[in-house]
Formats: sequence, C-alpha cells, structure tokens
Amino acid sequence: MKLLKCPVNGVRPIQEFAYGGLFRPMPDPKQASDQEWAYYVFNRAGEPGIKKEWWYHISSGTWFIAERDTLSDEIIRTYLYSEIKNSD
Amino acid sequence: MIDRLPPQPEEWILRDQPIRFRFEGRDYSGFAGDSISTALWANGVRVLGRSFKYHRPRGILSLADLDCNAVAEDGHSTNIRMDQTPIAEGKQLRAVNTWGGCERDVGQFMDWLSPFFPVGFYYKAFHTPRTLFPFYEKKMRQMAGLGRINPARPLTHSPKRYDFCDVLVVGSGPAGLSAAIAAAEQGLRVLLVEEQAQPGGTLCFQLSGEPEARALRRRLLERARSLVTLEIRTSTIVAGYYADHWVALIDAVRLTKLRTRAVVVATGCHEQPAVFRNNDLPGVMLASAAQRLVHQFAVRPCRAAVVLAANSEGYRAALDLVEAGTKVTLIADLRSEGERTPLGQKAEQAGLPIRSGYGVYEAVPGRGGRNVQAAILCPLAGDGAPRIRDSSQVACDAIVMSVGWAPADAILRQGGVRMAHDGTLEQLVPTEAPDGLFAAGRVNGIYALEDQLADGRRAGMEAAAFLGAHAPDTASRPQRRGPSPNHPFPIFSHPRGKNFVDFDEDLQLKDFKHAVQEGFDSIELLKRYSTFGMGPSQGKHSNLNAVRILARLRGENLNSTGVTTARPFTSPVSLGHLAGRIFSPHRQTPMHSEHQRLGARFMHVGNWLRPEYYARRDFSREEAIRTEVKAVRERAGLIDVGTLGKIEINGPDAAEFIERMYTARFAKLKVGATRYVLMCDESGVIIDDGVAARLAPNRFYVTTTTSGSDSVTREMKRWAIVWGLQVVLVNMTGAYAAMNLAGPVSRQVLEKQTDIDLSAGQFPYLGVREGMVAGIPARLLRVGFVGELGYEIHVRADSGLWVWNQIMEAGRSYGIQPFGVEAQRILRLEKSHVIIGQDSDGLTHPLEVGMEWALKMDKSFFVGQRSLEILGKKPLERQLVGFTLPADFGGPFPKECHLVIDGGEIAGRVTSVVFSPTLERTIGLAYVKPRQRQVGNRFWIRVDGGALVEATVVKTPFYDPDSLRQTQSSVLQEVS
Repeated sequence: MKLLKCPVNGVRPIQEFAYGGLFRPMPDPKQASDQEWAYYVFNRAGEPGIKKEWWYHISSGTWFIAERDTLSDEIIRTYLYSEIKNSD
Repeated sequence: MIDRLPPQPEEWILRDQPIRFRFEGRDYSGFAGDSISTALWANGVRVLGRSFKYHRPRGILSLADLDCNAVAEDGHSTNIRMDQTPIAEGKQLRAVNTWGGCERDVGQFMDWLSPFFPVGFYYKAFHTPRTLFPFYEKKMRQMAGLGRINPARPLTHSPKRYDFCDVLVVGSGPAGLSAAIAAAEQGLRVLLVEEQAQPGGTLCFQLSGEPEARALRRRLLERARSLVTLEIRTSTIVAGYYADHWVALIDAVRLTKLRTRAVVVATGCHEQPAVFRNNDLPGVMLASAAQRLVHQFAVRPCRAAVVLAANSEGYRAALDLVEAGTKVTLIADLRSEGERTPLGQKAEQAGLPIRSGYGVYEAVPGRGGRNVQAAILCPLAGDGAPRIRDSSQVACDAIVMSVGWAPADAILRQGGVRMAHDGTLEQLVPTEAPDGLFAAGRVNGIYALEDQLADGRRAGMEAAAFLGAHAPDTASRPQRRGPSPNHPFPIFSHPRGKNFVDFDEDLQLKDFKHAVQEGFDSIELLKRYSTFGMGPSQGKHSNLNAVRILARLRGENLNSTGVTTARPFTSPVSLGHLAGRIFSPHRQTPMHSEHQRLGARFMHVGNWLRPEYYARRDFSREEAIRTEVKAVRERAGLIDVGTLGKIEINGPDAAEFIERMYTARFAKLKVGATRYVLMCDESGVIIDDGVAARLAPNRFYVTTTTSGSDSVTREMKRWAIVWGLQVVLVNMTGAYAAMNLAGPVSRQVLEKQTDIDLSAGQFPYLGVREGMVAGIPARLLRVGFVGELGYEIHVRADSGLWVWNQIMEAGRSYGIQPFGVEAQRILRLEKSHVIIGQDSDGLTHPLEVGMEWALKMDKSFFVGQRSLEILGKKPLERQLVGFTLPADFGGPFPKECHLVIDGGEIAGRVTSVVFSPTLERTIGLAYVKPRQRQVGNRFWIRVDGGALVEATVVKTPFYDPDSLRQTQSSVLQEVS
C-alpha cells in the first residue's frame, strides 16, 4: 500500500486520503468564452507526466497539493495550497 | 517405510514421533516433519497425483512447493499441496482430479486422445454452434478444475496480522542469512522469512552433503539467533510486493500485512527441468528434489538413477545419491567438455560412469506407465541436436535432472526491478532496482558459496545505509562468474511428443510450436493462448523454457523475447486467507434503541441505519406505512432525521462563502430565517440540497443530504481554501441528533415542551429559533418537507433519546406516531419534493427538474453558474414531470427506473412512484421529453414483462398545491 505525506500530519497510508482530481486554476467565468469554460470543466490532460493533484487527508480534513508522476506513480512533493497562492 | 534411509546428519524428521494417515484408502505412516509427499515416497508410493489435462501419473518433481500435480483433499480443505503440507495424525487424504483413484485413473483415456486436442482446442471447438454451449460448458466444468469444495465445511475465520520491520530479508540461504545478520548488526529490526520449514536454503539440501556447509549453516543460525532484533519466520511465503515496501506474508494460518522500509531479496533459484519425452513420469525429478529427499527427509529417492547433468550441482547430487545407497547407473552430461571441477574428478574416482556430450532423449515407462524403467540416451551433435541413430538404452528407475536454474525473481519484478539476460551465466539477472529493494545471492547471479555470503553481507549493509543506520560500507560487491550452471537449451524434440514444458497445464513442446505458427508469437500472447505459466506454480518450471523455445523459433535472443509480467501472488493463496471482515462502519442515531423498541424495520441509507417503517401487529408493511402517512396528515408524526449532514459555518466571510457555494441568495437572509439550498458542481449538475439557517450575522447552520455530508464538507473546505475566505467549517453531523415533528397538531405537541414562542407570527414558516426543548438547549427549524406544519428539532446527540421520548409522551394524547423513511418518501412525493440522488442523477441540472426558482443567476458567482448559463441557452433534453395513473388502475405496477417509451424509443424513466394513501391514486415523477411535459399529456411506461402502462402528466404538487398547510397553519390550528 502506498504511503503519502500530508504536509500537516506527515507520512500516512494512502487509505487515509482521498484523491481530489487535478489541480486546475479556474478561468475568470466573466471573461471565459463558452468554449474555454467547457474546456476547463470537462477536459483533463490524460498524458502521463508530473501532475499537480488535490489530495485530502480524510482523518484530519486537510487539503493539499501533491506533485505526482502519473507514469511511475511516484510522489515528488506535497505542500499546502497556500504555497501556490503565495507564489502567484 | 521401505525407502526410509538411516538417520541423516541434518534431517528434519523426528523419528520418535511417528504419524499415521490414509491416502487413497490405504494406511501409511511417516514421522513428524515429513510432508505428505515425502512420507508417501518413503512408503514406496510413486504415483502422488494425476495431471490436469491428460490424467497422467505424476510423482515428485521439485519438492519445493511447486509440485502442482501432487494435490490432495481431505474432505475439509481442497488443493492441499502435498510436497509442502506436513502430515497429520489420522488425516484421510485423496488425490484430486482422478476418476476412480490416483493409481488407476480412468481419466487416462484423455492421454490417448491427446493428439486430438491441439493447443487452443477449446477456443476453436467449443464456440459453435452457440446453442450447444451450455452442454459444452457443463462438460468442460466436469473436466476442468481440481478438487471438490465441501459446502458443509464449518466456517472458519482466518486472522490477519499487521507487522512492521526495518528490513525484510526474503530467503534464508547463505546470502539471506548473511544479509539479515549484517543488517541486524546495525541495530535494525530485521525479519527473515523462509518458505521452507527450516532455515538454511541450499545449505539444507544442495550443499548438505558437505560437512563444512553443515557447519556453516549452524554457525550462521547461531549468530542470527543471538541477535535480538533479528526474527526468523519459517514456513512463510512472501506472496506479494506492493507499493512503498508493503508486503503480504502467508503462513499456514494467516495473512500478515507487513510494512517494511527496505527489502533484501535472497530467494535463490528454482531448478528447471529438461524437456524430453516422458519427462513427467514418476521417478523423473530435479536433482534438488532428490537431495531434499535424502538430506531433509532421509528418504531414498530411487534405486538406480541416471543423472542428467549440465553443471557441478548434478555431480554433487550424484555423489549424494551414492552416499545414500542409491546406484547411479550413469551421468549423462549435456556439455561436451564435461565437468572440470574437483567434483568431476570425485565422481570419476567413485567409479561413476560418465558420458559427456550426451542427453536423455526419452524416459521409457514401466508396465502400466506409472514408473521409469529405462532412459534412452543420445549423443549430441555440435548444435545440441540428439543423434538418434546412436541412441542406447540404460535401465534405471529414476532420471535426476540438473540442467540449470531460473532466478526466483517474482518479488523483485513485482517491486519494479528490471531483469536482463546475462550471457555468461545464461540467466536473467537484476539490472536497475528501485530505492530500498536489494537482491543478493543466486537470484542476483552469484553462485559460489563464499560469494553468496559476501553478496548477502553487501546487500544487508546497503539496506542499512539506505535507512541511514550505517555509514556507507566498503563491503565489496562480488562479481558474477562462470562457469554457467545453466544449459542454454535443455529441450529435445521427439516425434511422439509427451515432452512436457509445463506440468501444471500439460503443455508439450509441439503445443508451443503450433501456437507460434498460428501467430501467437509474442511471449504474452503465447502465454494466454497456450496457457503456459497459468497453472498453480505460475510457470516457475515452464516460463524459462517457454522463453527459450519462443526465442529459438523467432531466431532472436532472450532479451528481445522478454518475459511475462510478474504479478501477486507468487504462490497460490487460499481464498480463506484473503477473506476479511467488512471494515466499513454502520452508524446508528442516538435514538436507535428506541426505534428498535418501537418495532422499526431498518434500512441502510449511506452508512446509516434508518427506520424504514415501524412494524405493527396484524398490519402488513404497506398498511403500517399507510398508517404512518395518515398520522402525519391528520395528527402528528415524528421522524428521526439525525442522519442529515449538519455543518456549521462561522466567520466574517460566512455569508459570502454560502453565497458562492449555493445557488440561492443569502446576503440579505435575516438572522432567524432559513432558506432552501441547492448545490451544483462546476458543470451545473445538482449534487446536494438542504437548508441553510442564519443563526447570527456571521454564523450559519447548514443541513445536507444523508449521504452527502462528508463529500459536501470536503468540497466546502477545498473552496474555502481556494477562495481564501475567512470561514471555519465544522461538520456537526454526528454531534447533533435531529427529529422532525410534523402534522397539523405538531404545534400543540411541542408547545408544552418548549419556552420558544411557536405562534405563527413569532415563529413563521422557514424560521429558525434557539431555545429549550424538554429542558435541553435546542435549535428549531420550521420546515415543510412532508408538506405539513413541522418543526425540525436539533439537540446535542447525547440528549436525542430524551427529547424524542419527551415529545412522543407529549404527543400521546394527540395520537402521535413515529414514522419512517418510507412514509416520508410518500409524504414528500405527494408534495413532489425532489430527492437528490433519487429523482436526480449524475447529469441532472436544475433546469431539468424545474428548479429555476432556486437559481439566482444574477449573483456575481456561484459554483456551476457559468455552466448553467451555457445550459440555459440550449434546448432542454428532458424534463422531470409529475404523473398519475388512472384511479381504477389495477395492472402491473410501474417501478422506479421503468422506462418511458415514446414511439418505440426510450424517452425517459420513472424516478419515484408510490400509491398515495392521501390522494388514493398512484403518483410519481418521471423524466420525459420536453415536448411531452404539458399537463394532461399522456405517455407510456414500460413495466416488468414489457406491458405498456399509460400515465398522465399532472400539475405538481399533487397535494395541497398552494402549500397552505405548511405555511398558514394557523387556519388548521383552529380546525383541530
């Protein structure tokens, strides 16, 4: 069973986590065309590679971002969303 | 025990503990420590089982947990692998897969018919004509499968264990022991797992004839046992390797889920058979099996053996046989140069006839075909082909094969190690390994004993360094060196076949050739078409030879041919070991015991148990539910709604947050008021609904559906982070009990129990109040889900039962009744209130269910708003409508999910349908095409059996269309 490091609670078994989908910044709904909006809602890049993903530590209610190589299933790094936000 | 030898120096049997058992109706005896196979062999029994397809007699091949034709059942368990299972006193065993017994199996006619069953026969023959397939299937099921399941067998639970260590060492041969000792000496917690009953690996059989090897084993074990952090677990299989060093261990009793931090694989090799005609007869065995018989079980393998050798191990085995009092008629060495080590000289000095450059072309069966009577030898030409003209026959009762090894690399490969063919060794060896996974010893291509010890030590040190327990060591890495113990192609074609490559599946050399001719010429295709390697031993005897055959047929090297994928489990694991208890919890509300006392029949809703209805004496289920509905419509009812999700949202941005999460408008919602809330996902699909109550300017209390509480809380938390709003979300679902008191007299019932002013002016419809109920602080919400005057009462969970009982007591004189989920479904359907998840599905958006009123599209933002804007511009594809059946309807009753049919096409489906006791009509909700939605329109529902039932679209709500009862209850108050 895989292990995953929650940035708050440390390394825990994957059973304690829920996958929250790819991390995708939302386009401005007022600016986006219908096509752009539909692309955001429905399309996911399926090619393997290092992806940013939402993960949720169920037991403690912690959302965080994991950078995972979807080809090798290797987790590169995990961190809280604030890190992304602060780097903007 | 005619074939029991005098005591051997390191034997595993305990001669002072005789054990009696029965096999195939006859009594035998053996000693504690014997496996079923060895005890029978000691008694002179040679036919231990029958093969899967041709019912050919089979004996001992490997004695290494891979003899998958020697399988027994005892009336309790089936598929008992005889080579590995210890004998037990009084056990009554019989071989599986025989017709009329193991010794004289009638099923052997399959062997004579075998020319008519070419490879892929089943795929080709049994699919036409299709009408005959049930017949074929029945016959095939009779033919296939091993053993019979005893359905009367008592249920046993197999325990599970969770375990942890720093380093797991797999295999306790010289390399494994030395790796485990090296790692444990660094203070690491080491678990050393051995498949066999005793630790020692090759030191217990292959090298056991040499006193120095026996002394080495004793020394290593002594050192290992002196280390407190080193645990040795025998008779345990490492069955699977999973992500991040999670390992499944299987022993006789249980499955152990082991989390380790590093793994050293020192699993050694599986000895490989040679392929020649009749190489499956009892008496044809691997040299390692013969050595196990002699050294571990003190059993004479045979009387006169021909040893087929292609390496030193064959000579060592021949010498062991002589030592054990067996005649070695001849050593046939596949190599033209013969054996050049001292072992070769020793064999010559012992007077063993040796013929180099010879192979066994065929084993000659004795009368009845159940043993070996002679071996036909052929000199080999330069290209390895037998020169048949020069063949000669040598009498013997056994052919002992020592032609090479295949690495036991299943765990390595599951762990992601890449294997490549090493030309010097003629063996697959590990190349790259992921972090924390190390190979040592023969599986790593290291054969010499002193090299194995050094390699084990090196791997143990590397594991310790990986874990940071030790500064990187200078332990040298031994080199892989020859001569190769592995013959590159010990496979001999024969015009009359029966030269088996796969013993589990009875596959002959020609089957491979035919499969490749038919185009199944990649290793994975060949495996699936011929089924090689798909038997219980998972190809541990056949994969390598199959790859060699395919490589030769394709004219390429082994690296280009590749190997099949290794998957868990490495060895057969009984389903009983895996079966587990269900870990998902059932939740009960605080009033559960009272529901039980009241006769509730429970149903599962999410992971909650809720009363479906309350059973009443002399009432049917339907009558009981009808009584509950009537009580709510005419008097008062009480339902436990504690399973609803309950979330508190606090903080300066609470209103803004709710505004963005839900479709309605909240900024101007007054403190003390509630509002229906609808939640969509980003695509505009409805995902949840409930009620939001404003308790204070910055404090909201929101309910969700029963099954939605966790996922809604989760999504809310994510959005709160993304939006950076100052809110604190607390899921109070389990902290609060809740009940809904509904019915025209509910105000009178509640009045006596509360200090809150319930008058319509002070506590209007959709209000929320906090106060005391039955002496307990409570939150009251005036809601109308069932369409009557009603109060949802939320109290702390530990007070739920008290408040429920007080209200029931207060309502007794009014005729209050508890009601369940079924009655509530009828009541809400009479009001055509939609249940999310029942009347909506994974694609339903609010416009389809007529909830435009709940959407505030002019708000600046809510989740799903942008998508709904787009959807609003498109024509609807379906519409949820209310329908009724004729009052006198008596035909087959429509059910949920029955299809709406329009012009022969599917136009929609029924989502809810009940007989309404209030309206005395069948009412329901259904999706129809938008063109069908007009009130008065008729449409057809196809019911069970295919009949079409006509339904009419009607205006909703079906009952109390102006909702006077739930909103203007003061009128009713006077009436009652």
